[in-house]
Amino acid sequence: MELPPSHFPAARAAAVAVGYLRYLRGGPGRGLQLREVRSARRQDIDDVGHKYYLELELEDVLDKGSTVNCTAEVLYHLGSKTSAPDVQVTVQGELRSTEQADKEFYNRIRSLEKELEAENIPDSHGNVPPELEPIHLLAWAASGYVIWQNSTENTKFHLAQVKHVKQVKRSDEDLQFDYVLLLHEMVSQEVLPCGVSVLWHPQRGARVCHGPGSA
Amino acid sequence: HQVLRVVPQSDEELQKVQELQDLEHLQLDFWLAPRRLGLPVDIRVPFPSLQAVKAHLEAGGVSYSIMIEDVQVSRGAGQRWDPVQRERGSFCPTPQALLDEEQTEMLRSSRQLPLSTETFNYEAYHTIDEIYNFMDMLVAENPNLVSKLEIGRSTENRPLYVLKFSTGGTNRPAVWIDTGIHSREWVTQASGVWFAKKIVQDHANNEGVASILETMDIFLEIVTNPDGFAFTHTKNRLWRKTRSKHSGSICVGVDPNRNWDAGFGEAGASGNPCTETYHGPYPNSEPEVKSIVDFVKSHGNIKAFVSIHSYSQLLLYPYGYTSAPAPDQQELHEVSAKAVAALSSLYGTKYKYGSIITTIYRASGGTIDWTYNQGIKYSFTFELRDTGRYGFLLPAKQIVPTAQETWLGLKVIMEHARDNLY
Repeated sequence: MELPPSHFPAARAAAVAVGYLRYLRGGPGRGLQLREVRSARRQDIDDVGHKYYLELELEDVLDKGSTVNCTAEVLYHLGSKTSAPDVQVTVQGELRSTEQADKEFYNRIRSLEKELEAENIPDSHGNVPPELEPIHLLAWAASGYVIWQNSTENTKFHLAQVKHVKQVKRSDEDLQFDYVLLLHEMVSQEVLPCGVSVLWHPQRGARVCHGPGSA
Repeated sequence: HQVLRVVPQSDEELQKVQELQDLEHLQLDFWLAPRRLGLPVDIRVPFPSLQAVKAHLEAGGVSYSIMIEDVQVSRGAGQRWDPVQRERGSFCPTPQALLDEEQTEMLRSSRQLPLSTETFNYEAYHTIDEIYNFMDMLVAENPNLVSKLEIGRSTENRPLYVLKFSTGGTNRPAVWIDTGIHSREWVTQASGVWFAKKIVQDHANNEGVASILETMDIFLEIVTNPDGFAFTHTKNRLWRKTRSKHSGSICVGVDPNRNWDAGFGEAGASGNPCTETYHGPYPNSEPEVKSIVDFVKSHGNIKAFVSIHSYSQLLLYPYGYTSAPAPDQQELHEVSAKAVAALSSLYGTKYKYGSIITTIYRASGGTIDWTYNQGIKYSFTFELRDTGRYGFLLPAKQIVPTAQETWLGLKVIMEHARDNLY
């Protein structure tokens, strides 16, 4: 059945799809956010769950002039508190390349003498120091994984703040950052802490390795 | 912010620069104001206005140079200064010297309170003391328009202040606006401060809401939850509720937007004191809520009631506690459409609108459900910027653009109430 794009069921499913996409395609040089839900449809599948079909318009916060269209399917499993929704997203067209920015960030972090460590990003006033912006965007991408894994039809998560981040030096080529993220859940209005370890590499992208904490 | 330097070489160029001074919405700060040909004009331009300013200058064939690329970086993250108009004779200090001087002045002023609402920094977040001081200055500067009412005291005995804007009459039909009922939604209190100044400016210039003030009063409660707000400054930036302790629990605070007597305690609020949507032991248990209830009832002539929250970019009307449509749903929906269009016209910010229960979630005991059931037909809730990238921690540089666009939406609601009195 058709869903009004301005009503919350479509908005919640869209948030899951965008979270998933942010994890897959986001990183220190790209932050994808939802601009608009163009259309939404819901299908109730007996003994399986509720499946949402979405047409979304997204934008990269670092490239606000251009928009990206995508289609998404989000299947919330019946009665399930333990399994994540199944999500499929198809992006139409190309995303702006982040190769240059990724390389610069990678080289900058690799050449640090001391492991990077920071807290409260953004700070109380919404400030993010320019050199921590990629760290913030990487956290935002990682939060997409947590959001995808923990969402139900009765929740809508956003990253509220990076409480703490510590770089962990590795012997291989990946960068590793251990984050404490604060997630804001819209329906209950709770703020939930969540610890994640995130690996990142310019070619391999972001991977959340240890599972999320108590989100 | 960038600081641009223009040295007008002809009357036409000088005029082009002077025109910029009239474009109030650009929020330009002239460090060196336009005077004569050949003298430099230095303009501090907030980022959102950069394109417009450069386009204006380029269209007039006026060349400019970028003196300072990014003022924030050179001042240290998070620091701001008061936009003081500065006139200097023919001696023109170098940019670096200007900055050093400003930094000394800012350090001084960060220990002192600003001297007037002209020098108050609207582009920064402030503490309760700074906002309460602002209110007193506004009243002192505009005694014939603005007065400050104390409508009650919070749990921790902080005064609950409402600014009244009135050009006279007795108990005129009125508009109520509140900000900061949820303390972590900092862009709302900051916008409330901007609204207060805007009302005074419009009245002085006989434009904007001046016509509304001819027949209606405006009540504005800027820090609706002062205990929570103080807590967000000192202990927990993401605190939402009041700071009350009700017997039987170690947990603190009641959600002031679940404590109203409209579907109180029904689905859409929590009975657990340790949760963010705890409705409290009974309706109006919170003095922050009761004081508004008492005020509204005893005033008896409020025609529009707007409660301001963040974030999500939504304009909402009743109900939250029931899926039954409000009797005036169609009219409220049409007014919302107009208000959102006006809001979006300024910076293209996208808003959705609808009833609370269809647009965000079921919520019981909410403010505007109560006010609507009291007969205040034009009851609305705004959820301001953004949509989740920064959420509650909205960068301070977005305060003024948010307040500006929201004001356009508020004006639509106020004008509609004025033109459709009931």
